[in-house]
Amino acid sequence: MIQLFAFYMFATIVILAAVMVILARNPVHSVLWLILAFFNAAGLMVLVGAEFVAVLLVIVYVGAVAVLFLFVVMMLDIDVASMRAGFVRNAPLGFAVALVLLAEMVLGFGAYRAGGLALGTPAAPSQALPGLSNIQNVGALLYTRYVFLFEMAGLILLVAMIGAIVLTHRDRRGSAARQDIARQIGRKPVDATVMTRPKVGEGVEL
Amino acid sequence: MIGIEHYVVVSAILFVLGVLGIFLNRKNVIVILMAIELILLAVNINLVGFSAFLGDLTGQIFAMFVLTVAAAEAAIGLAILVIYYRGRGTIAIDDVDRLKD
Repeated sequence: MIQLFAFYMFATIVILAAVMVILARNPVHSVLWLILAFFNAAGLMVLVGAEFVAVLLVIVYVGAVAVLFLFVVMMLDIDVASMRAGFVRNAPLGFAVALVLLAEMVLGFGAYRAGGLALGTPAAPSQALPGLSNIQNVGALLYTRYVFLFEMAGLILLVAMIGAIVLTHRDRRGSAARQDIARQIGRKPVDATVMTRPKVGEGVEL
Repeated sequence: MIGIEHYVVVSAILFVLGVLGIFLNRKNVIVILMAIELILLAVNINLVGFSAFLGDLTGQIFAMFVLTVAAAEAAIGLAILVIYYRGRGTIAIDDVDRLKD
């Protein structure tokens, strides 16, 4: 009973938050609603016992991706009003496509409920080992059968990291703050200092 | 009791909302990126739901990989957005026509 109540709470909030993400006027508000949606989706996943993916969702999305979005939104000076232009013009097409998509999904779901389709049964199911927690089970599967996919995921992240750095890196040539090590080391006292012997009562001619 | 149907319906609604977000905010690249994140979230909920109700852990593993790719996509997308804004001073999609000339 409490499980059903929790499911409907999480589901309602995740859908409301998603609606607010796409309708909010201010992109900063959109990001905040997105964070709420991710938290509640994590709750949905905890309900069916997928704790590891739920925690990962909170850490990766809320901790990294949403904060990245916030940084970018606040770094760029966005004219909110002009961004909303065309909202009304695009609305009919958007709703039409969304309705068709939803109708198709409901139809597929109805076909399943009518008995026309059967859920697949895995040939060699990767079932959870009894007595182990969800995290241990995921790890046991991830580091054996999917170890190459795991390595590829790491490679993708590396490429993304290097790509983001290469894209946003600015070479600040000519800026005063730039350090030129060769020039710094090649400098000699002769170039930088002048010896003078001023007479008594006279200043130094610079 | 909660069944697989509940999860499929929630994820279908979330997916459609993501697609709707792309259509409604055609000018705002940041909101479009967020709508893509919503779509990927719907996919993840679907994968985890089926994984739990079929008793097959593979779905959770693939949800993890979807998460990885989504994070990489967000990082690259936002980096492109930043350099685009640096060059043009705007992020309106209607102005993205430099390749046409």
